Amino acid sequence: MYKIAIKDINTLFSKIAGEQELILPVKKAGQYNFGVYEEGADTEGILTNKTVKSAKDAFFPQFETLYNVKKTITPADELENGEEASGTKIRTKLEVQMEELKDKDFVVFGMRGCDVKAVDVLDKVFLSDPVDNYYKARRDHSIIVALACHEPEESCFCTVFGIDPSDPKADVATWVVGEDLYWKPMTEKGTKLTESVKDILSDADEGAIEEEKANIKAIMDKLPNTKLSLEGWGQGKTDEKFNSEVWGKIYNPCLGCGTCTFVCPTCQCYDIKDYTTKDGIQRYRCWDSCMYSDFTLMAGGQNRTSQLQRFRQRFMHKLVYFPDRYDGMFSCVGCGRCVDKCPQSLNIIKVIKAFEKAEKGGAV
Amino acid sequence: MQGLKDRLKELLTDGTVARVVGWKKGDMPYNPEPAVFTSVDEMDDFVYDGFCGANLSKMMIEATKLEGKTAVCLKPCDTYSFNQLIREHRVNRDNAYIVAVGCRGKLDIEKIKKDAKGITEISGTELDGADEITVKTIYGDKTVNYSDVLLNRCHVCKGKDHMISDEVWGESKDTADQERFAEIEKIEAMSPEERFEFFKKELSKCIRCNACRNVCPACSCRKCIFDNTKFDAQQKANVVSFEERMFHIIRAFHVAGRCTDCGECSRVCPEGIPLHLFNRKFIKDIDKFYGEFQAGKDPEAQCPLTDFTFEDIEPGERG
Ligand code: SF4
Ligand code: SF4
Ligand code: SF4
Ligand code: SF4
Ligand code: SF4
Repeated sequence: MYKIAIKDINTLFSKIAGEQELILPVKKAGQYNFGVYEEGADTEGILTNKTVKSAKDAFFPQFETLYNVKKTITPADELENGEEASGTKIRTKLEVQMEELKDKDFVVFGMRGCDVKAVDVLDKVFLSDPVDNYYKARRDHSIIVALACHEPEESCFCTVFGIDPSDPKADVATWVVGEDLYWKPMTEKGTKLTESVKDILSDADEGAIEEEKANIKAIMDKLPNTKLSLEGWGQGKTDEKFNSEVWGKIYNPCLGCGTCTFVCPTCQCYDIKDYTTKDGIQRYRCWDSCMYSDFTLMAGGQNRTSQLQRFRQRFMHKLVYFPDRYDGMFSCVGCGRCVDKCPQSLNIIKVIKAFEKAEKGGAV
Repeated sequence: MQGLKDRLKELLTDGTVARVVGWKKGDMPYNPEPAVFTSVDEMDDFVYDGFCGANLSKMMIEATKLEGKTAVCLKPCDTYSFNQLIREHRVNRDNAYIVAVGCRGKLDIEKIKKDAKGITEISGTELDGADEITVKTIYGDKTVNYSDVLLNRCHVCKGKDHMISDEVWGESKDTADQERFAEIEKIEAMSPEERFEFFKKELSKCIRCNACRNVCPACSCRKCIFDNTKFDAQQKANVVSFEERMFHIIRAFHVAGRCTDCGECSRVCPEGIPLHLFNRKFIKDIDKFYGEFQAGKDPEAQCPLTDFTFEDIEPGERG
């Protein structure tokens, strides 16, 4: 166990960033978001404030190029001896240029218990067969330094999903205790990282974090949404929940904007598209949202045709389909970001509560 | 609020309207949601307080297509949006019953949360509430002045008169204490480089969630060009800075002359991007070049940008 004075934290960040890429919450134009650390970055408040977007971009970026295809056209009269222009007067050559996979280690600092658990959710999707190479390369090279939640907020409900925000599981775990940040390596990767910054850390006593852990637990206990019941959700509930009339009563204000899916650490849907460049195409992947009208649109026109269906999909996926497919694991980690950011104040907590109310015979 | 709720229930019971578009009580002290109420029972959850910032006029596009009349609660600023939707033939006025509700400014929860985490209770936010509100949190209680935590738009409120109504409910209080174009003038005074840097920094936060567009009453196209799957642009790819800027610039041009300055875009942006700055710059320039014009003030008025007169300025002049 080590510690560093919070006032010196930028020294720690500089040191880490000097040896590998460092991604952490940064304050920019008034908002906290994960970004690459640069000298002079505004890190004030990052130990206690929730980021708007999660750390998901570090592993599965909102936009990435998969490969480029370059087309070269050679007129027949310029062809070298031995080359043949097949029938026509030109020869077209397509050259695929793969995007390089991540091949260097990088550190993500400041992920909370919920964010770390969200990576487990993403792993299920991207690391099971067929393995996603782009994602795997980032996972293999990531070193996660998690941060226990010093000031959980009313939208937090991670404990409902069995997450302990006072004791995040990662390569290194850190705690805010008084004026210091406590630092504890938890894995081999974490120990290696610790070695590289050891000269600016000082030795500390494990006892100090016990009080902080107890405080966090007591706060979680007092928060309004941590007693939410997930009874009735999970494996085997598809028919019952899918056909419920409750959806029709609650979906209406949904704008189909996709804010909830883009701030969510576990939403994993993406679209792959081609963009015409001047000499070929760029094939890229970007996040998609089940709240959008063109989501999984097929040539025949089939996809979800109403906002009710789209709205239902998001919550069914988190609370029923995902557990069905992955041994009961929910794909919500209770981070509360969608709760904070939905422009219409709809969210997964309200959905769960509406079903609970309806099941008890109340009007929704 | 009870009076308003009773009146709306009455409208439902006596058959004046078939449904009510209003706000439904949230599960936290500050998150009521826009909702459609079809029965007196459902109306028990109706609420109207300081957190009812959402502009319900856009919901009337669908609601006024339904059988029977729909009652809608509109704040003073919302009535401009509603008029503009009438002007654009997007709502059916005959199917709407407008309950024009009073307003003493709406609250910005982000401002309250700046120094209040773990909120469990907020009191004093009703229309006839006190000048101070009490915020209870698990970390301790706080009081704040109602007027210190208003949405930015309320500081430049266009006034508390409703531009359209069938009946009026509740007393309003003046909240405009800032110059409407002061922010714009500050930006105009920047050098082009500074200005570009300012907007680049703000827009670099954009996650292209489309909340600004989807909430905007002026963005009522059935299918937005940016949702067109057949158009070769990286429209979902937010980190391509060109696309991200184009989206906002095209949108600002598209709502120019139609934007009522309702402030919804800036209110809903999860990244706190001051989107109203684009639109308000257009409003300022339209005022300057064509004489004062306020979209949504009069549903019959011709917008200068869709009208031609010989007095119109020549291209090339700059605002
Ligand atoms: S639930 Fe909220 S955030 Fe999600 S798409 Fe609907 S309106 Fe947008
Ligand atoms: S659904 Fe909402 S609360 Fe759950 S993980 Fe996603 S953003 Fe967080
Ligand atoms: S802009 Fe004016 S009318 Fe609209 S919510 Fe604010 S104070 Fe009320
Ligand atoms: S609401 Fe904000 S983040 Fe979302 S698209 Fe608009 S500007 Fe971007
Ligand atoms: S652009 Fe913004 S301020 Fe203007 S009408 Fe649309 S939501 Fe309102």
